[in-house]
Amino acid sequence: MRAEAYQQVDNRLAEEPVYEMKSGAEMIIECLKREGVDVIFGYPGGAVIPIYDALYDSGLKHVLSRHEQGAIHAADGYARSTGKVGVVIGTSGPGATNLVTGITNAYMDSIPLVVLTGQVPTSYIGTDAFQEADITGITMPITKHNYLVQRTQDLPKILKEAFYIARSGRPGPVLIDIPKDISYDVAPFYYPESVSIPSYQPTIEPNPSQVMKVAKTIEQAKRPLILAGGGVISSGAETELLQFVEKMQIPVTTTLMGLGGFPASHPLWLGMPGMHGTVTANRAIQNADLLISLGARFDDRVTGKIERFAPKAKIVHVDIDPAEVGKIIPTQLPLVGDIKHVLVQLMKKTSPGDTIEWIEQLQQWKKEKPLRYKDSKDGIKAQYVIEQLSNYTKGDAIISTDVGQHQMWTAQYYKFEKARTLLTSGGLGTMGFGLPAAVGAQVGHPDQKVVCISGDGSIQMNIQELATIVQQKLPLKIIILNNSYLGMVRQWQQIFHDCRYSCTFMTGPDFVKLAEAYGMLGIRAVKKEEVTEVLEQGMKHNGPVIMEFMVEEEENVFPFVPPGASLDEMIEGE
Amino acid sequence: MKYTLSLIVNDQAGVLTRIAGLFNRRGFNIDSITVGKTEEPGLSRMTIVVHGDKRLVEQIKKQLHKQIDVHKVIDITNEPMVARELIMIKVKATPQTLPEITNLIEPFRSTVVDVAHSTITIQATGDEDKLNAIIELLRPYGIKDLVRTGFAAIQRG
Ligand SMILES: Cc1ncc(C[n+]2csc(CCOP(=O)(O)OP(=O)(O)O)c2C)c(N)n1
Repeated sequence: MRAEAYQQVDNRLAEEPVYEMKSGAEMIIECLKREGVDVIFGYPGGAVIPIYDALYDSGLKHVLSRHEQGAIHAADGYARSTGKVGVVIGTSGPGATNLVTGITNAYMDSIPLVVLTGQVPTSYIGTDAFQEADITGITMPITKHNYLVQRTQDLPKILKEAFYIARSGRPGPVLIDIPKDISYDVAPFYYPESVSIPSYQPTIEPNPSQVMKVAKTIEQAKRPLILAGGGVISSGAETELLQFVEKMQIPVTTTLMGLGGFPASHPLWLGMPGMHGTVTANRAIQNADLLISLGARFDDRVTGKIERFAPKAKIVHVDIDPAEVGKIIPTQLPLVGDIKHVLVQLMKKTSPGDTIEWIEQLQQWKKEKPLRYKDSKDGIKAQYVIEQLSNYTKGDAIISTDVGQHQMWTAQYYKFEKARTLLTSGGLGTMGFGLPAAVGAQVGHPDQKVVCISGDGSIQMNIQELATIVQQKLPLKIIILNNSYLGMVRQWQQIFHDCRYSCTFMTGPDFVKLAEAYGMLGIRAVKKEEVTEVLEQGMKHNGPVIMEFMVEEEENVFPFVPPGASLDEMIEGE
Repeated sequence: MKYTLSLIVNDQAGVLTRIAGLFNRRGFNIDSITVGKTEEPGLSRMTIVVHGDKRLVEQIKKQLHKQIDVHKVIDITNEPMVARELIMIKVKATPQTLPEITNLIEPFRSTVVDVAHSTITIQATGDEDKLNAIIELLRPYGIKDLVRTGFAAIQRG
C-alpha cells in the first residue's frame, strides 16, 4: 500500500482509540459484507484457514469448487452475468497459482474480480517456505492492481480500494495476498466509508468539445457503422446504444464480447465481425466511411490484417481506457469516457444524417449472404443444435461457452437479445471456462435458465466441477457437442496443414454415464431427429443435466478469414 | 528517436518491478532507468530513457499512466531540461601514463577518486556526449571497469 495510505490509517486509528478490535480474518469477512458481497467462490488450505474460520458462522454464502480454476471462472461467470464484483479465495502456493489462468482470463476481458490469496506468515516470506509462491510478483502483469498486506490494520482500507479499483474505470481483477499471521493478528478495525486514490481517477464524462467534433462527423457520414464491444456491456449502455442507433439509423456489428449488447433481432444488427464474422458485417467494415468503435479494442480476431482494416473509414474510438486509443488503430477522433455517458452526450448533440442508401445496401447483402451451413439428413450438425436451442430459449437464458468451434457457432447461430446473456472467454480463449462460468451465473441467477455449451475437449478441462453443481443443487443445462476432435485445431490442420490431424483426435468418457455417476441426468442424441426431443427433455428437467449431441466430426466454421488475411479475403465455405 | 520520461510514483516495494515488467511485457526497450526519493515523503521520481517511434512512446506513456502507483508521467524530451549521468571508469595506469591520463581528463572537470598500484579510477558527470568523449579518450589506455548510473533529468526553470 502507498505511504500516504498507511498514514491515513494511522491517523484515523490515533484519532479515536475506541475502534473495535478484530482479527484480520474477521475484518475481511466484515468488509466483504459491507461491500454487499453475497457469495464467495473458493477452495480452502493452510494459509487461509483463519479466513475460512471467520467465514464459518458469518452467514456469507461460499461455493466450494473442485479446483481453484473452477472457483475463479465461477466468480468470473458470476461477475459477467450479474455486473457485480466476483470474489474468490484460494490458499497460498498451488492454490494461488491455480488461479493464474482465471485471473488472466478476467484481465483480458476486463471483468471485475477481487481475488484473495493466502500467503505464508510474514516471517517466512522469501524463504521458499512450504506452499510459498510469489503471487503478487506472478500476477503483476495480469491484474489491474495487487497488494501484499503487511499490517492487519490496513486490511479494511485495502479491501475497500480493491473493490473500487476492480469495478471502476475499465474493470479488472485485483489480487490481495494475505499472509497467515496477518489474518490471525488482532487490530483496531477502522472502516473507511469512501475511497480516494490520487493517482487513479478514471475519466467518466467525455470532453465536451471532442463530443461536438465527433457529433459533426457522425452527422456527415454517409456510410457509418457502429462496432460495439464488451465495453458497451460493462458500461451498462445497451439501452442508450439502442436509442442512439434508432435515432441515428446507424447499423451495428457486435464483437464476440459485445454480443447481447444489441438485440440480434433488430433489423440494423449485422452480426459479428472478424475471423468468423458474417459477410455483411465484414463488408460493412470494409466499406464504411465512418467506424464508431464503442468499447472494442481491435483484437486481431476482429480486424484481420490491420493495414487493410476499414480502409475507407475515419475511426471514432470511444473507450474508458485512454491506453486503448491508438494502441492498434490510429484515430483522429478519440473520445475517452464511459460509453453510457458518451452516448447520452452524443444523443443530445446529433441529428440523423442520411444513411438510407447504406442501410439498403447492407440489407441486400444480408439477404444475399446469410450465415449458412449444409444441413444433413440424418447426422447432427452442431449449428443445427444451436439454432434449435436458440429457438427454444428465444434469448431468454444465460449461455456460457467453452473455446473452439462450438463457441464460434454459438456466437453465429444463437440469437443474443440481452446484455450479459453470453459468457465466453474472448481475449484469452480459455478452454475449461464454460462449465465453471455457468456455475457462477446460476449461483447469481437461481431462477434463470443457464446453459453451458461446450465441446468434448473443453468440457474435460474442468469436468470436476460437475460435483460442485450437484453439491450446490444447481439446475444447470450442459450441452456437449461431441465431434471426437479438438475441432477448431483440427479445422486449421485441415485447411493449413493438409489434413494432418496431429494429436487432435480425442476420446472421452461416456458422458451419459458420467452424468449419472455425478448424480445428474445424462441424455444423448445421435440422430438429427432426436435433437429437439433431447433438447426439450433436458431443458425442462428441473435439475442438472448433460445433453450430449454426437455431431458431424469434420464440420468447419465458416465464414473464415485466415489469420493474417484482410477482412476482404473471406472463405465463405461450401 | 530517444525519449526521456520523468515519472512520479509511489515510493514502495514492488513499484520498480511493476514499471520494469510493464516495459518488458509490452515489448518496449529501456535505455536507462533511475529511481530516487523526491522532496515529498512517499513519492519517488523515476527517469526513464527509451527509444522508439512516436506512436510506441505514446503507448508507453499511457500504459505507465494506467498503473495505480503512477501519479504523473511527463515527457520531457522536448522540454528545456538538464539530464546528467555519473560514470566511474577504472583505467590501467603505469607511473609513465598516469600524468598523461590526469592531464587528458582535466578539461572535463572530472575527478580522480582512486589511484592504485596499476589503475586509476575517474569519476565524471555530464550529458551523453561528454561522457562518451571521455570514455573514448580513455579507451586506448585499457578500461578495466566501467559503471554508469543511468540518467537523472530535471526540467529547467
Ligand atoms: C487451455 C487451452 N488449451 C488449448 C487451447 C487451444 N485450442 C483452441 S480451440 C481447441 C479445440 C477445442 O476443442 P473442443 O472443446 O472439443 O471444441 P470444438 O472446437 O471441437 O468445438 C484447442 C485445443 C485453448 N484455447 N485453451
